[in-house]
Amino acid sequence: MAKFNKKRSKAEPEVSTASLPDIIFMLLFFFMVVTVLRDSERKVDVVTPNASELTKLVKKSLVNYVYIGRPKDAYKTTYGTKPRIQLGDKIADLSDIPLFLEKHKAKLAENEKEQITSSLRIDGSVTMGIVSDVKLALRKANQLKINYSAKPPVK
Amino acid sequence: MGKTNSRDRIKNEINAGSMADIAFLLLIFFLVTTTIAEDRGVLVKLPPWSNEPPDTQKMNTRNVYSVLVNADNQLLVRGEPVDIEDLRENTKVFIMNPQRLDNMAEKPTKAIISLKNDRGTEYTTYLQVYNELKAAYNELRDEEAEKTHGIKFEFLDSDQRKAIRAKIPLVISEAEPTNFGEEN
Repeated sequence: MAKFNKKRSKAEPEVSTASLPDIIFMLLFFFMVVTVLRDSERKVDVVTPNASELTKLVKKSLVNYVYIGRPKDAYKTTYGTKPRIQLGDKIADLSDIPLFLEKHKAKLAENEKEQITSSLRIDGSVTMGIVSDVKLALRKANQLKINYSAKPPVK
Repeated sequence: MGKTNSRDRIKNEINAGSMADIAFLLLIFFLVTTTIAEDRGVLVKLPPWSNEPPDTQKMNTRNVYSVLVNADNQLLVRGEPVDIEDLRENTKVFIMNPQRLDNMAEKPTKAIISLKNDRGTEYTTYLQVYNELKAAYNELRDEEAEKTHGIKFEFLDSDQRKAIRAKIPLVISEAEPTNFGEEN
């Protein structure tokens, strides 16, 4: 035993923290990659309904978002209280939809164009009138893949 | 300058201890701003737009399962009011027609679900109905996959999926909505 009780072992060995930054950086990169910074300010209130038959939208760059809902309190004076459409970061009309789709299309490669999906984020309390109008506008613009955004069912 | 002798040089390292703090700060920033990609929803393929009205003449009424949703969010299925909870089961029975009844689909490939809503129907109800109809098809495909391959539909390879899709094609046709109760 005497062999191990040398004087030198009294200087306590510390756990090396040199790799700590690396670990944190790894976490950091993970979150940086999965983060999608809110690209647009939401001007309408949207609470999507629940549904069980959900499909995940994988490739973000192939998705364009159409919001339908009542304008938020701050915008009620300018846009009224009726449900409105939001494309990108501004409130729009039905006639703006083709241009909006075209702009998104222009950013993509030729072979990706048929995979474009429109994600419709529609408030649950909105009536179908405006939704039907948007659907018709999308059909006329030949944007046929759509995805009604919904939350998984509450158990 | 001449002061730096060999003893000093050993101590001249950059202190990396604060590195972790900086990284933590960034980490917390991204933790807070992250909305982990959770875009999920009910995928729908719309029919292409054409100016000609679709001809509905050649369809046999026994193969059409008409679902109407009115402005008060009530359901009328083949002329009878139905609760949304029963819609899924009823649809499955209609498509498969296990008892070979005269008033239900001849075979799954001929079945057509016709969905019609009002402009005043609430979106929540519409999506619920659509979800139930899609769920009926998904459950049937699952059952078919279990029967033929012993596993669920989503685990099959693409050829097997195609075969089952051909056997039970999802046909939900949507008519122009009526306009009785629109008010916002």
